[in-house]
Amino acid sequence: MPAAALALVDRVGERSGFVLDVGGRIAEADLGEEAEVAGVKLARASGLGIAEGLAGSVRAAFGEDESGDALDDLAEAFSDEPVVVSIPAGVELAHPIVVVHLLALDHDDPVSGPAFFPRLVLELGEASRATVIELAVSGPGAVLVAPATELSVGDGARLSYSSIQQLGRRTWQLGHSWARAGRDAELVSFTASLGGEYARSRTDSILDGPGGAAQLLAAFLGDASQTHDFRTLQEHAAPRTTSDLLFKGAVGGSARSVYSGLIRMRRGSRGANAFQTNRNLVLSEGAHADSVPNLDIQENDVRCSHASAVGPIDAEQRFYLESRGVPTAVAERLILVGFFTELLGRAEPAVRDHVVAQLRGRLHGLTEAGAP
Amino acid sequence: MTAISVLRIEGLRAAVGGKEILRGIDLEVRSGETHAVMGPNGSGKSTLAHVLMGRPGYEVLAGSVTIDGEELLGRPVDERARAGLFLAFQYPIEVPGVPLAEALREALAASGRRTVDLEEEMAGEAARVGLVASLLDRPLNVDLSGGEKKRNETLQLAILRPRFAVLDELDSGLDVDALRQVARRVEAASNEAEPGLGVIAITHYTRLLEELAPDVVHVMSAGRIVRTGGPELAAELEASGYAVYREAGPDEPEALPAEGDPFADPLA
Repeated sequence: MPAAALALVDRVGERSGFVLDVGGRIAEADLGEEAEVAGVKLARASGLGIAEGLAGSVRAAFGEDESGDALDDLAEAFSDEPVVVSIPAGVELAHPIVVVHLLALDHDDPVSGPAFFPRLVLELGEASRATVIELAVSGPGAVLVAPATELSVGDGARLSYSSIQQLGRRTWQLGHSWARAGRDAELVSFTASLGGEYARSRTDSILDGPGGAAQLLAAFLGDASQTHDFRTLQEHAAPRTTSDLLFKGAVGGSARSVYSGLIRMRRGSRGANAFQTNRNLVLSEGAHADSVPNLDIQENDVRCSHASAVGPIDAEQRFYLESRGVPTAVAERLILVGFFTELLGRAEPAVRDHVVAQLRGRLHGLTEAGAP
Repeated sequence: MTAISVLRIEGLRAAVGGKEILRGIDLEVRSGETHAVMGPNGSGKSTLAHVLMGRPGYEVLAGSVTIDGEELLGRPVDERARAGLFLAFQYPIEVPGVPLAEALREALAASGRRTVDLEEEMAGEAARVGLVASLLDRPLNVDLSGGEKKRNETLQLAILRPRFAVLDELDSGLDVDALRQVARRVEAASNEAEPGLGVIAITHYTRLLEELAPDVVHVMSAGRIVRTGGPELAAELEASGYAVYREAGPDEPEALPAEGDPFADPLA
């Protein structure tokens, strides 16, 4: 396994399950004994019979318009071995399930290359609890990855799902994830978008049971000519549901990021709350960030707020640290890591540590002051 | 006995937004001395503090600022700090996500100093300036009250042990007890350390000087030091006010409390 995968597995420590996807084929799929005994199902193919049915139910919850596009159909057609994890009602997994995708690690042709359609389906039964951590790594050549992820969180269940993208610098990612959470269910979804040449993540969530709650988090870092493209949907279809979205990122070099997000309050979502915050640090003249929030409110008695900001490292913060004797480049690194601290504090500890290490490793030389 | 250091300001002129605010400042402070710089609002006191430290947006027109002959003007802010200058901010800046200990560790490391006992030292200094120890874990200045920020500035001063400190309105936001604690700490740095800390205490009111006895008092007006005397000058100002020193001169821009998190939710 490459260093990134080893480091993550090491940070996670004890785990309840492990799936290794090598080039679109499941090389390894193991459940811990505790999970096995509890009736957790981990399957590498749709043969289990739950994959298609479940995929239908998660996507159908969004209605015709949002149920998918041509790329999603492609993904469905070409995904040989979807990974399906099903947690029975009432089961609480003590440790995370780790899913690692190693895609064309040796491929270095910069122009043409393979396409992968990794598919992950997670189903949490009523009042169950699970943590799933997914990592994708690809080789230095031209690669297309179109991951499709479906998450279903049953009534009263809690899912923490983290997705870390450390793809190669010539990889294009076109990712789509659908999540639904039922009555009093809780979903925490965290995305770290670090690699890729062009990395699109579309994150759709729907809260279709009263009292359901979702935390939708993402951290991204772009340098050189990377593009990070985020599209989010927070759909509220039941009363007293809450969604809290926080996407934060930094771009340097000639990298760019785009965030566009929609909060939709459907009829029947009275008493719902939705928050949407996107903050971007632009570290160099050539970098660029766009932020486009949208609201679609079809119900009364709901609360929505959105905030977005795009700007450079704060000159006053830098001056303050410098005035203590901290060199400029170090001050900027502190401010940058600090910018992500609150967000990362809401991620799984192993994921947080992993992402902080990645950020620290790359922040040197990313700011103007730190440039060689 | 360690050698005495000298901070020398000569003919310092500076502008903000093209407007000359400092119109020729001369001031010399030696190790262990405490100089008060007083004056009415708009006289240029805070501008002096900012220009000495090198805050962005302040343009030096002429003059020189040296520590033991080493020129500070034109040098990066962090180098001025490592040359021995410290500024206690009137409005300390919030730096989200950056712990105090980490900032201090980086500052000490950049000066080649040991940081192994830092946490312990911070706890000790927090007790001396009356800062609740649990506040040390907060990101720099985030969610601290005005008074806590001033105690925190004093704590950083104590740990960084500069040769000269400019205290910009250290008394603002502090109640009498807090003022006494931070003044005691500054006084200790000035009197007990070898060589003692040289202090430029910028203040509008005399109440700081009742706690932090100055050796020399300067009165600033319209960008110049118009009078220099002993502690008795402060008492005189207390009685008569600044009216006699007010003259038509360039207005100093109001120092505004700096924004904390530039990404703060505008709807919050």
